Amino acid sequence: MEILKRVHAKNLVKWAKKKPDVLVLSADLTSSCEADAFRDTYPDRFFSMGIAEQNMLGFAGGLAREGFVPYVHTFAVFIYRRALDQIAMSVAYPNLPVKMIGFLPGVTTPGGATHQAIEDTAIMRSLPNMTVLEVGDATEVENVLDVAYKIPGPVYVRMLRGELPRIFDTPMEFKKARKLSSGKDLVIVSAGICTEEVLRTTKILKKSGIEASVYHISTLKPFDYPELMKDIKNSKYGVITMENHSIIGGLGSCVAECMAEEGIGKKLYRIGINDSFLHGASRPYLMKEYGIDAPALLATVEKAVGKKIKYSEDDLGEVFIPALHSDAKAEAL
Amino acid sequence: MYKFDKKWEKEVLSIADGIRMRVFRFTVEQNGGYLSQACSASEIFAAMYHGLMKLPKIKTPLMPDPWQGVPGPGNPIHTGIKFNSDGKEGYDRFIMSPAQYALVVYATLIETGRMDEAGMDAYNKDGGSVEMIGAEHSPGMEVTTGSLGQGISQAAGIAMGMKLKGKKGKVFTFLSDGECQSGEFWEALQASSFHHLDNMILIVDRNGCQCDGLMKPVMNIEPFDERFRSFGCECVRIKGHKPLLLAEALNTPHRGKPLAVILDTSPYHGLSFLKERAPKFHYIRFTDPKQREAYRKIYDKMVKEG
Repeated sequence: MEILKRVHAKNLVKWAKKKPDVLVLSADLTSSCEADAFRDTYPDRFFSMGIAEQNMLGFAGGLAREGFVPYVHTFAVFIYRRALDQIAMSVAYPNLPVKMIGFLPGVTTPGGATHQAIEDTAIMRSLPNMTVLEVGDATEVENVLDVAYKIPGPVYVRMLRGELPRIFDTPMEFKKARKLSSGKDLVIVSAGICTEEVLRTTKILKKSGIEASVYHISTLKPFDYPELMKDIKNSKYGVITMENHSIIGGLGSCVAECMAEEGIGKKLYRIGINDSFLHGASRPYLMKEYGIDAPALLATVEKAVGKKIKYSEDDLGEVFIPALHSDAKAEAL
Repeated sequence: MYKFDKKWEKEVLSIADGIRMRVFRFTVEQNGGYLSQACSASEIFAAMYHGLMKLPKIKTPLMPDPWQGVPGPGNPIHTGIKFNSDGKEGYDRFIMSPAQYALVVYATLIETGRMDEAGMDAYNKDGGSVEMIGAEHSPGMEVTTGSLGQGISQAAGIAMGMKLKGKKGKVFTFLSDGECQSGEFWEALQASSFHHLDNMILIVDRNGCQCDGLMKPVMNIEPFDERFRSFGCECVRIKGHKPLLLAEALNTPHRGKPLAVILDTSPYHGLSFLKERAPKFHYIRFTDPKQREAYRKIYDKMVKEG
């Protein structure tokens, strides 16, 4: 697996080069959100807003009204928790092209409950006019800026930073799910960093004779995937959703809503953060503790298909765990 | 430089009386309304629309648009900017932060010949844009405010956008003192000073009232002008209801800084009978039909006496 460092930092500078309308706003987390290279390269298009997110979001709305496309950079929690009213009234209501780049989704930070965004998809997708995207690897981190840019309204992105694997060799596309494999037994749908966990189980599932259709979702809103629904309908054992987010209001809920509307009477298993806050600990520790890792997926598959899967730790595919203290990160969060 | 004389002030005061009476009439007709806002701010709005803001002339008073739906895919933003600068370059922008003052703005637009009086038929009516608490689609409004404290941030973003594009013209933001209790307001002031937004003009109606009553016992914001200054803003504090003082205050040099003018106003200026309602002035509600009738009589008497 190819591992890349500070993908967003480099890509943002390159991508924004010939886009004078693109501005970056930051709330005291500039290098933590990999916007430092942009700041140093295009100082006239970078605005330091201090630890004052409510004003930052309203300010971004004003800039957007003047024809600019502000890319707001901070940790996800500080966007949707601290400035929700401002997002709703100063950005989403007028459908302005403010792009909110939210870092540290779920377990990707050991920063504890204050820093871990676990209900952001739920909250942001309930806002009218809002588009919600989530990236799962280095390729999507690179593509998401342009995907968001082309959407003529507000966009919220669950973003990744630091050291990242490159999983996909084709670009991310708006409203398009990635179908990673086909199988009649069950459907597995994942988003963000959970797709890596799903991929770790590929060999084991194959060996156990379980054929699964596997999907990776990067557009969480709008959520319209007819082929996915068809596969769920035709599956033998139903669907498992897997997300680095609360099971309430995220990917699992999106799938549930669509299944109910389509009248698909199949079992749905939601893997995610089970209506709980997280705490400060490493990513692998939290993924294990909260049951959103590859073994948790295999346990759910066992439940769904009604048979035991035999495997050893060695059978699990390669997983990339970034070091806690990495030179690709500004701090140990 | 703002150069205005006694004659202009007289005109402004006459427009202000017209605004106040119009809002008074609507309050009686609608069985309640934001009347004290007209008492405290009529002179401010009259002065701003009668020369302090640089706005293009409107030959024939405009009619408000019908309700055109919320902005969204396939439905672009509709704002009330056509009653102000209409987005034309070289003119000032107007951000009305406390949307609860909407009726005062509508009355101002009528009194200054920018809106057709018949447009008020749509006031507070389903399917219209002349809403009780206005939003960006309402006449004279350019952004959605009313969730208090949000106007100034949007204004600052617009001011920054105008600077980046080299656009002339100022961004006038009307604020009421109550909303200045919010954190976002101070965040915005801090950012506007930090980013040297000297094209921002903040006009603050310091009427000392908020929904719960007088501000002092609810949440004190004094020393208000000193707080403005300590946040890096140029600030002038003047007596309210005196248009020439406001015009003069706008001449205060504020290079590299936003300029704030605080006007100490009265929530019952021009309608002294409202004083008995102290300390509650936020929304004038009639407790019984008799009281409403009494107000109607006062209104008729005032009209008769001119």
